Amino acid sequence: MTEHTVRSFSQDLEELSGEIARMGGLAEDMLSDAIQAIAMRDLVLAETVVARDPQIDNLEVEIEKKILRLLALRQPLARDLRQVISALKIASELERIGDLAKSIAKRVKLVEKVEATTALKGVARMGRLVTAQLKRVLDAYTAQETDAANKVWSRDEEVDEHYQSLFREVVTYMIEDPRTISACAHLLFVAKNLERIGDHCTNIAEEIHFLVTGEQLPVERPKVDALNSN
Amino acid sequence: MSRMDPMPALQIATPPQMAVKPPPADPKIAARSVSVFYGDKQALFDVSLDMPERSVTALIGPSGCGKSTFLRSINRMNDTIPSCRVTGVITIDGQDINDKSIDPVLLRAQVGMVFQKPNPFPKSIFENVAYGVRLHGLAGSRTDMQEIVEMSLRKAGLWDEVKDRLNAPGMSLSGGQQQRLVIARAIAVSPEVILMDEPCSALDPIATAKVEELIDELKSNYCIVIVTHSMAQAARVSQQTAFFHMGKLVETGPTEGIFTNPRESRTQDYITGRFG
Repeated sequence: MTEHTVRSFSQDLEELSGEIARMGGLAEDMLSDAIQAIAMRDLVLAETVVARDPQIDNLEVEIEKKILRLLALRQPLARDLRQVISALKIASELERIGDLAKSIAKRVKLVEKVEATTALKGVARMGRLVTAQLKRVLDAYTAQETDAANKVWSRDEEVDEHYQSLFREVVTYMIEDPRTISACAHLLFVAKNLERIGDHCTNIAEEIHFLVTGEQLPVERPKVDALNSN
Repeated sequence: MSRMDPMPALQIATPPQMAVKPPPADPKIAARSVSVFYGDKQALFDVSLDMPERSVTALIGPSGCGKSTFLRSINRMNDTIPSCRVTGVITIDGQDINDKSIDPVLLRAQVGMVFQKPNPFPKSIFENVAYGVRLHGLAGSRTDMQEIVEMSLRKAGLWDEVKDRLNAPGMSLSGGQQQRLVIARAIAVSPEVILMDEPCSALDPIATAKVEELIDELKSNYCIVIVTHSMAQAARVSQQTAFFHMGKLVETGPTEGIFTNPRESRTQDYITGRFG
């Protein structure tokens, strides 16, 4: 896109995209480290994830301030307006992803005793899938690529399917050995958090689609419901 | 179009070389393939635009894009420029305004105009509003006239500020008041259309807000067409926005759509401040 006649306006918008990318990078690192910590039962790594969450929170506050300033001083319109509004919403999606990653990291010590390593592996696999989704959607944002964003959007079905089969698997372990119920329940929360992160990725994909095209993606996304398909 | 009666049955004058479809009767003003030439220079190219009743249409675009030229062709103000030639059809309520039977003076009473700089007559506040009424013989008696003047000033949101000094010169008012006085003067002759050419560009923000509020109220009775350089003003006051560039109508649509998701990249570039 061509530059604004007022160049500092273009700079402001670029800075905003840059900060979203930074926030996305932070969230991505937290998520992949949280999954690594779960898979390896690495309490030290888990603690660093928890410790990083305030950074994301602070960045969100900074982005909100910047957007407020932009709206008041620049009165952006058309695509500029969509860019600012979508940045506001994506920032809050990323903040939620950070929270969920933190919540996963916090459960590392609670699932430590899970004997069923296959279940842990399943969670780690789902975690990698979700991390890849997050990475793709952030790349799509940087490139402002609506096709790439739409792919993330439709691939969330895979995440849901994964969640569903993991759910069944973990429930089986609980039935087999009631002593693992507590740890397995935490594992289910981890899986649920990953599934939620997948949803936040699709929300970001929707924002990218809106930013680029000015149109909304359909409200209904193909969904696999873990509760109804058992 | 009661003012222009009696009038022969409508015949849309279509230049024979062009197949111009007659506009639908629905819009208050319909322009079809309107081109304007100043001597050899073409200032407006083939503009077709519907302007609905009881709504505000904003014309935006960089300086020299033809928006004022288009506005001025709606009440035949371009007729006053000898070298100026207008082709195409403009109808109001389905009636061709360039038809030979139309008296431009009567047309301009029906299609009021407000300019960038307030231009009150060097007369009293009362006389400013009464002048056109008297010219067109619209008041039967003194009481009639007083009523029309009061009602017009009330509609223009000026009555409470001037009712105790109606004999003071119009020029003694502030810029914002003068602009509302000029609007009252336009309203007094019961127009159906009000054209505004950057009505707020010489006003401070408070006076601008008052005029915009007035536009919003007038909208319920009139078809308003406004030329503005302020994107924010177009967004605030209009329901329909038309973007002009280099004499051509680039894009038109509901204001909301133009300012959130314009279809044309030239519109996008202009309203986001990338050229112009």
